[in-house]
Amino acid sequence: MEDRILMKGNHAVGEGAIRAGCQAYFGYPITPQNEITAYMAKRMLEEERVFIQAESEIAAINMVFGASLAGARAMTSSSSPGISLKQEGISYMVGCELPGVIVNIQRGGPGLGNISGAQGDYFQATRGGGHGDYYLIVLAPASVQEMFDLTREAFDLADKYRNPVIILADGILGQMLEPVRIEKKKPVLSFTTKKEWILDGCKGREPRMIRSLLMEEGVLEEHNWKLNKKYEKMKTSEVRVETDNLEDAELALVGYGTSARICNEAMKAARRKGIRVGLIRPITLWPFPEKVIAENVRKLKAFLAIEMSLGQMVEDVRLAANGKCPVYFYGKPGSGIPEVNVIVDRIEKILK
Amino acid sequence: MKKLFSRPESLRAKGNLYCPGCGHGIVHRLIAEVIDELGIREKTIGVAPVGCAVFAYDYWNFDVTEAAHGRPPAVATGIKRVFPDRIVFTYQGDGDLAAIGTAETVHVANRGENITIIFVNNGVYGMTGGQMAPTTLIAQKTATTPLGRDPKIAGYPIKISEALGQLEGSVYIERVAVNSAKNTIKAKRAIKKAFQTQIDNKGFSLVEVLSMCPTGWEISPVEALKWIEEKMVRTFPLGVIKDKTYL
Repeated sequence: MEDRILMKGNHAVGEGAIRAGCQAYFGYPITPQNEITAYMAKRMLEEERVFIQAESEIAAINMVFGASLAGARAMTSSSSPGISLKQEGISYMVGCELPGVIVNIQRGGPGLGNISGAQGDYFQATRGGGHGDYYLIVLAPASVQEMFDLTREAFDLADKYRNPVIILADGILGQMLEPVRIEKKKPVLSFTTKKEWILDGCKGREPRMIRSLLMEEGVLEEHNWKLNKKYEKMKTSEVRVETDNLEDAELALVGYGTSARICNEAMKAARRKGIRVGLIRPITLWPFPEKVIAENVRKLKAFLAIEMSLGQMVEDVRLAANGKCPVYFYGKPGSGIPEVNVIVDRIEKILK
Repeated sequence: MKKLFSRPESLRAKGNLYCPGCGHGIVHRLIAEVIDELGIREKTIGVAPVGCAVFAYDYWNFDVTEAAHGRPPAVATGIKRVFPDRIVFTYQGDGDLAAIGTAETVHVANRGENITIIFVNNGVYGMTGGQMAPTTLIAQKTATTPLGRDPKIAGYPIKISEALGQLEGSVYIERVAVNSAKNTIKAKRAIKKAFQTQIDNKGFSLVEVLSMCPTGWEISPVEALKWIEEKMVRTFPLGVIKDKTYL
């Protein structure tokens, strides 16, 4: 029998962090991610690690900044409005080359929006989000198992590149219950590994400085070029995507997270009708899996992007298709959920 | 020959970036002297602010980081919780600590974080060109209060140290000044006591330092020394605001 336990998505995020050796977690209440903070309050205490309920989202991300520069694996989680507040801190972390994991259990916006799942923060996550010219690896889980797996792996990616990593999920994934296999896999980089750049007091070495203010002429440009090398490396090494039924497909649905699950149902419904539909599910939203789109532009008659938004990821699909294959969109904003029968209907119309 | 005076090991040999008559250089040096005297240079992590003193890291010869405007207390919290045995302090101006970072300041004190804040109050935003600070005096002219600070429009000079003293989490808070040799000696004593409070694991300590900004105040350095004595101290009286270190 498989060793699986029934878990809520938000709890799986928390356990993934624990298993990755997250040494410090800083949270602030906001729905629909509260279970992560409550779970971490309990588990971090058990593991004798650092937990603080911060006074704000802003303080929480800056505590992550502090814990990270002290060498700890650190995480914060929130939902859309709170993630907006963290953007300044994330920008500073990138500027200072500090690793860290930020979890966004997206809810509907703009403004206070609502507390249901949505996918309106794609642009914010994949285009840096804060001020300045930068990118982060953005991981998009589509199941509770992936909430666990990708959170755990996010810490390795953050340390590997000394850059923050975002988990972009949504309220549906956060609240749903599914069986999860907790593998006893060790993190790639041990969290006890000595990081040679941290501030821990200058005993036996020259003092170090961690900062993002670079006023001398040309130095900031140089710094940005150096950071860009990391982004380029991420683009060549870290793209993750899952494809299904592309071999004989005439049309490919493209969707991530909760939308990918809906796409999967729509693909099956279309196939039952004899329509040859495939699925492309980006797991990294940045770097975006451009190659798999570009490779299929001649074979396919069309792409159809499905999102719980007014259409954000669809722009990346269009960029990758580069005008060589039509790209259509169907989505619902403000926590609206795309419907399977509507998707099948669209597919039939597009292929007619 | 007997050496009577030298640069502390915690201070780098570096040209002065501050304006003539500025108090930051004195406060930087006092911190460096205290860190040397307490023998904690190799276990100290400083957090520099946004503002004129952002360049503090150029002067201090120990590990230093720089936080976003107003966020040093949160950054210091993250560091201290990971390394409870290190000495962590922030260096913050009045805008950083008592305007944009008020929430972080209040809550770091309320949590009783075992860190030290050196709060430099010179009543203006120096770096950006002498705008009104939360601690600007009533009737004081600044770039953004050209007719003088009118409390009906701009509120009152905030006595944040007194407010922090009301919180159960704070242990030691004192207000000092660096406008005379006598006051500077007292300021050093207070800074040393604040660091000692942290070394003894007693909890949150803060020293507010009234400091000169002749450029921002648009007066001469000598007049600035007098201005603290005659004007600033009336609103911000010197002395111990809270001391629970005996506990």
